[in-house]
Amino acid sequence: MSSEWPLWEVFIRGQHGLNHRHVGSLHAPDAEMAIRHARDVYTRRNEGVSIWVVPSNQITASVPSEKGPMFDPSKSKIYRHPTFYDIPDEVGHM
Amino acid sequence: MYAQMVKSTGTMKTREEMDERERAFQDRIDAGEKIEPQDWMPEGYRKTLIRQIGQHAHSEIVGQLPEGNWITRAPTLERKAILLAKVQDEAGHGLYLYCAAETLGVSRDEMTEKLHDGKMKYSSIFNYPTLTWADIGAVGWLVDGAAIMNQVALQRTSYGPYSRAMVRICKEESFHQRQGYSIMMKMASGTPEQKRMAQDALDRLWYPSLMMFGPSDKDSVHSAQSMAWKIKVSTNDELRQKFVDQTVPQAEYLGLTVPDENLKWNEEKGGYDFSEPDWQEFHDVLAGNGPCNADRMAARRTAWEDGAWYRDGLVAHANKRAAQRMAAE
Repeated sequence: MSSEWPLWEVFIRGQHGLNHRHVGSLHAPDAEMAIRHARDVYTRRNEGVSIWVVPSNQITASVPSEKGPMFDPSKSKIYRHPTFYDIPDEVGHM
Repeated sequence: MYAQMVKSTGTMKTREEMDERERAFQDRIDAGEKIEPQDWMPEGYRKTLIRQIGQHAHSEIVGQLPEGNWITRAPTLERKAILLAKVQDEAGHGLYLYCAAETLGVSRDEMTEKLHDGKMKYSSIFNYPTLTWADIGAVGWLVDGAAIMNQVALQRTSYGPYSRAMVRICKEESFHQRQGYSIMMKMASGTPEQKRMAQDALDRLWYPSLMMFGPSDKDSVHSAQSMAWKIKVSTNDELRQKFVDQTVPQAEYLGLTVPDENLKWNEEKGGYDFSEPDWQEFHDVLAGNGPCNADRMAARRTAWEDGAWYRDGLVAHANKRAAQRMAAE
């Protein structure tokens, strides 16, 4: 009985100067093959200049049910945004 | 379409019959929120999605066979390169979809085995043969055209990974339809014999293409729950009507005749009236009795079995390399 190839998450840098972005996942026996597969599957139309692959089981994610306690506290801190402050027009661009 | 007659698990519940979690879930769907793999979901939602996405994935993979048949016989090197690129895309589309299904807790191998055991289905359309080069044109034009119609709508489906796979696929798929139409234009403006081939391809593939959208809404027993969960976002008949309205003028441009005596513009509804396909034939093909069902499944099983040594070999190599690295540390 064959053993199934492990799952990898694929990240692609679309252009120089941009972050790598998650584009999807695929199966491959090892990291080297994962990169090759990622090239064939996710960059057939010049979508990238660099690829990262990470074993899916190495990713730790935040817990969806704790979304509230995790992210809500930042909502009330509106003073972190520049628009919180009124600057008179006479001052010019700031 | 690529997923026809997907059985929906669970009977439709009214709001009063739902428990608190189910109600909260339905509220998120109604608010247009996407459901993600880690989120709680009703068991029926999960099972229906696995069936639909799995069937969709299988269709992409089996769909390579009728076209693969013509790669070595393409009339020019350019057409061959184009067809090869298209068939390669279909493999990629299958992969995106298998990965989306896997986020629901089923493995790709499990789905593959179910397909091979006849426990999962793929679209009825791929059980028809591609007899001439014009069929490759008609497949791109009609079959991919019908697929796009469905997939564009599915970009709005409620399950995040499925929706994202659809966005990706739609981006790539438009070339498939155009290359098909380009073949049809060439054939239809060629010698009288070539034009006859184009007409013959349209004659044979028109009704099977209409069947891709699945049974008529009045006979579509599984649709209501899937629509409520936004696993499906348009009804079969809505999509079929859209497809006919879009395709008829394209056939006229080619100077070809859609094989339907009842085809007529209906000013009142702003769309064509047309004949329904033979639903008995549709059910026969789905049940395994189409012209190519046995061939398709045999080809899939052979590819899977003959490729086992390669998959195993790569795993053995990866394990050996990992062991060497461990020893070196």
